[in-house]
Amino acid sequence: MDQKRTDNPAVGSLEKQIEAWRAYLRKSQAITSQDAAELEDHLREQIASLGADGLSDDEAFLVAVKRMGAIDALTREFAREHSDRLWKQLVLSGDAGHGDAESPAAGWSRKMWVALALAVAAAVAIKIPALFGIVFDADPSPFYPLNISFFILPFIVAYFAWDRPLPRSGRVSLAAVFALSAAIVNTFPFSPSPGAKTAHTLVLTVLHLPIVLWLAVGIAYVGGRWRGSDRRMDFVRFTGEVFIYFVLIGLGGAVLIAMTVGIFQAIGIKMEPLVQGWILPCGIAGAAVIATWLVEAKQSVIENMAPVLTRIFTPLFTLLLLAFIVTMVWTGRSFDVKREILIAFDLLLVVVFGLLLYSISARDSFAPPDLVDWIQFTLVGAALLVDVLALWAIGSRISSFGFTPNRVAALGENVVLLANLGGSAFLYARFLRGGVAFPRLLNWQTFYLYIFAAWAAVVAFLFPLLFGFA
Amino acid sequence: MSISKDLVAASSTALVLAILAEGDSYGYAILKRVRELSGGALEWTDGMLYPVLHRLERSGLIESRWARAESGRRRKYYRITDPGRRQLADERRQWQTVDKTLGKIWSAMADCSNTPVSLVPLFQRS
Repeated sequence: MDQKRTDNPAVGSLEKQIEAWRAYLRKSQAITSQDAAELEDHLREQIASLGADGLSDDEAFLVAVKRMGAIDALTREFAREHSDRLWKQLVLSGDAGHGDAESPAAGWSRKMWVALALAVAAAVAIKIPALFGIVFDADPSPFYPLNISFFILPFIVAYFAWDRPLPRSGRVSLAAVFALSAAIVNTFPFSPSPGAKTAHTLVLTVLHLPIVLWLAVGIAYVGGRWRGSDRRMDFVRFTGEVFIYFVLIGLGGAVLIAMTVGIFQAIGIKMEPLVQGWILPCGIAGAAVIATWLVEAKQSVIENMAPVLTRIFTPLFTLLLLAFIVTMVWTGRSFDVKREILIAFDLLLVVVFGLLLYSISARDSFAPPDLVDWIQFTLVGAALLVDVLALWAIGSRISSFGFTPNRVAALGENVVLLANLGGSAFLYARFLRGGVAFPRLLNWQTFYLYIFAAWAAVVAFLFPLLFGFA
Repeated sequence: MSISKDLVAASSTALVLAILAEGDSYGYAILKRVRELSGGALEWTDGMLYPVLHRLERSGLIESRWARAESGRRRKYYRITDPGRRQLADERRQWQTVDKTLGKIWSAMADCSNTPVSLVPLFQRS
């Protein structure tokens, strides 16, 4: 009965064996920690009984395990009985804890409450400016587009700061980043140039500020330890999942809003002002925080979606680009250079970059090159080729028409992404020939997060100054 | 002699319910009791008992609770419920019917034990 003895080495090794057995059992998702505990109790009882009959610990363990049955057969039986468990459930209340003190459910639901509280706080915060008569719209004041990050991201940072051991210096510098950014962009005297409705630099700042601040969120996400490539890659994975969750919640939200408007319309009440003024802003702020928590909570529960989508779309995008190149060569057409073209090719590069990044994020670093890698490499190569052709056409155009903030920003982005893809293509080629190890490619991608942050910061903070806030 | 897998599975509900009707128990003790009762003839793979217990629990025939065993470990105890007792009574009637039916034919066979040929008309009739 006295199994807590540790002075006897044999007992220690028995504990280790039981531990390993239990861990193996827990690999099946059909067996919960409760079931494992129940089976373990059985195993221990059996071992004790066999031990009383004179068997040594090792012998007793072997016999007991044998009597328990092959784990494969056992898990199959459990899976048949609990087929629902094969659908990995994301239970919001953590119902696994039938009073089981060892289950993580207690800490888990606490996280849920903190996340909920922060989501509510974000939803309230985003309505505070309404007290000063500012409406949730781009017109007449650009207050919300410019500041929306400051109503959402700090709450996500707060969640991480609460959840992880973020050093004091990290907390202080993050608070400083947010406070300074808010102060700077709100003191910028944006004024549209004659003929333009809004200042171009304002639009650029609105677009790039969230990128800078999101990477600041990354520092909180990794608990201040942002120097490791692995941690940065985790943040990349996290970003993809948050995005997917946010979109999913948004789709649900859209249904909710449509229903709200629809059923109140039936009794002649217009809900649009409420939707526009309250449900939309509060929903966005709350959903962002909830999405963050969901990704954290389901990390081990549900398959990551971003790499799956990547697998589906990588070959399709590769085909698209190859078809484009072939068509261009075949018909001899050249680019019809318009202002939007540059942006369109930026987006193309962003998509290719995303596909590459998320494939890399899910790849086993030590596996040898396979077909997927070749497709990936083709994709990057094709994207580079298309982009170089586009840049050639656009470059000649820009040189004759001069620089505007939009053109410089788009051109800069193009160059930044081009350099990234170029580097990736180079490393990929060497990897496929067996020259360098895959982690080099991983390091390259995660290192590039700095460059993105730097470039986004330049556009968000320096461009308004450079171009006179026009 | 060992009992076929199908027969073990078929009798498991009745056996587990009957053992729990004797008093609350837990997995290991239930298995020990089965072994005792069958004289070791009814050999279950230990682990397979638990999916059975979970199935019975889910259909409301038994209920479970975690408690500390005298060894200090946490242990899951099972108790038969009222629907479980009704089910047990029903199972009992069924098994008795099967047993009675088989019993009759065993004795019929015993009566003409040296002439198994006599079984042939029995099957042709049906």
